[in-house]
Amino acid sequence: MNALRLIGVGWLFQFKQLSRSAFDSFLAVLWPLFFATIAFFMFRQGGDPDSLIYAGLGAAVMGIWTATSVAAGSALQRERWYGTLEILVAAPAHFSLILIPIGLATASIGVYCMVTTLLWGRVLFGIDFPVEEPLALAVAIPATLLSIGALGFLIAVAFARYRYSWALGSMMEYPIWLICGFLVPLTLLPDWVPPISWSLAPTWGMNAIREASTGGTPLPDIAMCFALGAAYVTIGVLLTNSVLRAARANASLSLT
Amino acid sequence: MTSLRIFAVGGLISFRALFHWLAPSIYIPSLVVAPLFQILLFAYIGRSAGLASDEFYVVGNAIQYAAIPCLFAMTNIVGGEKFQQTLGAILVSPAPRLPLFFGRAVPVVVNGAFVAAFALLAGTIVLGVDIPASAIPSLAVVILVAAFSCTGLGLITAALALRVRETAVLTNILFGFLLIFTGANIPLDDLPGWMQNVSDVLPFTHAIAAARELADGASLTSVLDLIGEELLIGLVYAVLGYSLLRFFEIQGRRHATLDRS
Repeated sequence: MNALRLIGVGWLFQFKQLSRSAFDSFLAVLWPLFFATIAFFMFRQGGDPDSLIYAGLGAAVMGIWTATSVAAGSALQRERWYGTLEILVAAPAHFSLILIPIGLATASIGVYCMVTTLLWGRVLFGIDFPVEEPLALAVAIPATLLSIGALGFLIAVAFARYRYSWALGSMMEYPIWLICGFLVPLTLLPDWVPPISWSLAPTWGMNAIREASTGGTPLPDIAMCFALGAAYVTIGVLLTNSVLRAARANASLSLT
Repeated sequence: MTSLRIFAVGGLISFRALFHWLAPSIYIPSLVVAPLFQILLFAYIGRSAGLASDEFYVVGNAIQYAAIPCLFAMTNIVGGEKFQQTLGAILVSPAPRLPLFFGRAVPVVVNGAFVAAFALLAGTIVLGVDIPASAIPSLAVVILVAAFSCTGLGLITAALALRVRETAVLTNILFGFLLIFTGANIPLDDLPGWMQNVSDVLPFTHAIAAARELADGASLTSVLDLIGEELLIGLVYAVLGYSLLRFFEIQGRRHATLDRS
């Protein structure tokens, strides 16, 4: 119960803090719009209204990943700058309970991106987004957010020892957009790429939202989101223990 | 002689000190890997939408990506000094401003051109795009002019950094506009009229058009008009940027607001 409360309060605190940052909120919302605009222009040229819906939904979910990759990647470095990292690590609560809300908060900023991109597509490009299965969509969106948030948590831990973690987080933006089927069907990518895509929650989240929106079978995709999310959290917790043990042994937490 | 020293030595030291991305741990992910994936992303979207050839996206995105080093490094001329609390010391010095600011632009142009050239090379290899070897020297000229032109725009963002706190947000937004408006991914003819008009006065638009013609086998002389326009746009931005820098500097002194933001 305490853990849940900590995650809830931590999420709210981090979400408020990120919302106050022009870089992490305003730019995170605006940035995918540039790419969505280009995608809308490109797919509109193709003349197929279905492909425009495909691109619109993909562009909307791209924003969730954008909001997560850079902010989660640099989460620990941010705490270092604030001078709060050592205090958080020394707190009696397990450090992963501090980091999980950060991942979830960064993904939650993606909701702004998603709504803005859908409105952008509707108002400026006249894209009429279908909602064939509203109930499934209502589950698919939080499932996508949670699983991407869990991936954000894993990224935050994995980049803990890297001083310029924001650069790695930023570098991961395009590859995930490309290989998770946001705008490009996986069938177009080389044969060795889809197996990598299947291990990434954004792929399944994207599928779930598309299936729920256009009327398909989103439940298996939603289940995969939860399964992968749980796997990321498990790996992340184990990794947190290992990273903290090494940082304590080498006195290298602050990376000074 | 002092001006020349400020231009050359001052410019180089400032670039090394202020452009933090020069560390390999930032440079490689941000300026080597990221442009390649931007090229791949749009080339595959192009394939998915059944539009232009891979060459269209390789050339367009490689040149457009020079915006990241050019805009960010130029903005750091002011933003970095402000962050390190050395801006006041720089601006109180009697150093002539022309070599002071333009000297800092030269390494930025060279670095921007390198990033674009590397992205072009990597993109052509990965996607198997065929660009004639004879076009390489001409493409190098176009890339250099494109980097110069965008650095001119960067001088404006440098000036705005005297007023704006969130320079990273500002430069990212400009990058996004350049991605849409310069024809890097959308053929200019497919843009609405007002957007085409905006494109005409932006860095990269003419350079990208010239580079595409060169990649298709055109000669350098046949694209000289495009290169000339790109150069002119860069010069106009540079003059505007320098004037803005001087204006905001004077305003900052008058109102004691240099370090306010």
